[in-house]
Amino acid sequence: MKTNQTAIAARGLRKSFGSHLVLNGIDLDVTEGTVYALLGPNGSGKTTTVQILSTFLSSDSGEVRIAGHDLLKEPEAVRSAIGVTGQFSAVDNLLTGEENLLLMADLNHLSRQEGRRRAAELLERFDLGDVAGKLPITYSGGMRRRLDLAMSLVGSPRIIFLDEPTTGLDPRSRKTMWEIIRDLLAGGVTIFLTTQYLDEADELADKIGVLDQGKLVAEGTVAELKRLIPGGHIRLEFADFARLETAAHTLGDVSRDDEALALTVPSDGSVRSLRALLDRLDSEAISVEGLSVHIPDLDDVFFALTGQPKNQKVGK
Amino acid sequence: MSSFSYALRDSATMLRRNLRHAMRNPFVTVGTIMTPVFMLVLFFYVLGGSIVGGLNGGAKGSTEYLNYLVPGIILMTAALGAEFTALGVNSDRTENIISRFRTMAISRGSLLTGHALANVIQTLISVTCIIVISLLMGFRPNAGLVEWLEFAGLLVLFALAIAWLAVPLGLIAKTPSGANSLSLIIGMLLPFFSSAFVKPETMPDWLRWFVENQPFTSVLETLRSLLTGTPVGNNWIYAIGWSVGLIIVGYIWARWVYNREPSH
Repeated sequence: MKTNQTAIAARGLRKSFGSHLVLNGIDLDVTEGTVYALLGPNGSGKTTTVQILSTFLSSDSGEVRIAGHDLLKEPEAVRSAIGVTGQFSAVDNLLTGEENLLLMADLNHLSRQEGRRRAAELLERFDLGDVAGKLPITYSGGMRRRLDLAMSLVGSPRIIFLDEPTTGLDPRSRKTMWEIIRDLLAGGVTIFLTTQYLDEADELADKIGVLDQGKLVAEGTVAELKRLIPGGHIRLEFADFARLETAAHTLGDVSRDDEALALTVPSDGSVRSLRALLDRLDSEAISVEGLSVHIPDLDDVFFALTGQPKNQKVGK
Repeated sequence: MSSFSYALRDSATMLRRNLRHAMRNPFVTVGTIMTPVFMLVLFFYVLGGSIVGGLNGGAKGSTEYLNYLVPGIILMTAALGAEFTALGVNSDRTENIISRFRTMAISRGSLLTGHALANVIQTLISVTCIIVISLLMGFRPNAGLVEWLEFAGLLVLFALAIAWLAVPLGLIAKTPSGANSLSLIIGMLLPFFSSAFVKPETMPDWLRWFVENQPFTSVLETLRSLLTGTPVGNNWIYAIGWSVGLIIVGYIWARWVYNREPSH
């Protein structure tokens, strides 16, 4: 295994809870200074993977090296190198935001002065200065998540694990979190995140692993993965069969659903392609009853990779 | 720094955290003082006359009974520390911060040690309050300086035993109310079935056997002897032996529960 460039290397990770097999042989390689996104639906084993890689759980079998240290033989060295932000916020509700950060500074064995400096810097960076002296119960969801992440960064970890960093956040907080993650990456750290959202992986990740029922079913760059996914499409509905016939004839490359009086036209979902499509229909004076734009999402990835939509899988 | 000095530093950090919690959420602390005060008032003013009457043929609550009762109330105060510790440990568990500590490079037992030490400080404060109130009510101990120091020493040892038994209970319980119920076995049941309120000689034989041989009675009789000069016999040996034994058992149990795979 390479250790100087590989931040995370895992071979053959397996884990069962009782008779329930959660991870069924996972191999991972994450290059230093990159973002790796583990993409999958609930119950696919994302959280379990993060928990094993971050020393929280032990695997039943498999070999892991984090920052060059063997996970089993040198767990303390691994813990010194990582920062973990779990799916559920792990802040101390009886300490203020600032006290939470100072607690982390003490536990990271920073000097008092260094701890204060680091806490102040993180409060400023994560826009928590105004609420530094307040208890986290008074925080919004986004603020809590930022404090949670800030606490994981006090020890200046080289590798950061983020388990579903934006689940449950409103769109604006989500964008803020993406900004933060990009900033972190610019600082040279390695980020391993899990997500249920293709657009999030698309935005952030250098490499994406698609996890399904405890197995990596695909892995690659965003571009590589997108080639596996069927493109988006526009669905057109018509009032009667004659119009459907004409439209199908005019547009050519379409799939027909005669019963629903609908056509599916491949499209990248952009406004330009949509306008072009409507112009062509207009020029033939074909009136359209209904129209919907479908952009590829996780369902499509799953459908393409596993042959079944993700919402049919049973989550834990 | 060596791993031992890290362990000390991390434990001190966790202790400071717990003391800050106690100050910020004083209801638990106040509760562990109010309950024994309530018991003191109940047993001395409400039931005291009947209890003493039963013994001496009719009398109001006397200094003699108060001197008998107060060491029992002190024992109960210390035992109620179990509630303080179990609730504190359990809220760390249910609020998820334990998950964070588990993935950090900190001394493994420091979180638990911090809770145990916080309980010792909490117990010393509560017991001081109880002693002041008792003195105002007419409690008249005859302990000298040496006896007071020995009293404090045994109290610290006993508070550690209580804390180390309560830590695993707080880790096992899935909810705060579960932690509370489990801790009350230590905090209420064992003090009541001891020689805290009445003499074991007045109890049926089977109960008397339990009361005389359970760990809290030997601790209580030793505390009582140090404060009011009652005969101690072998009790002090058992008191120290039980306390140290319970600390060891509780510590091993707590570390085992903490280190085992987190339940899913």
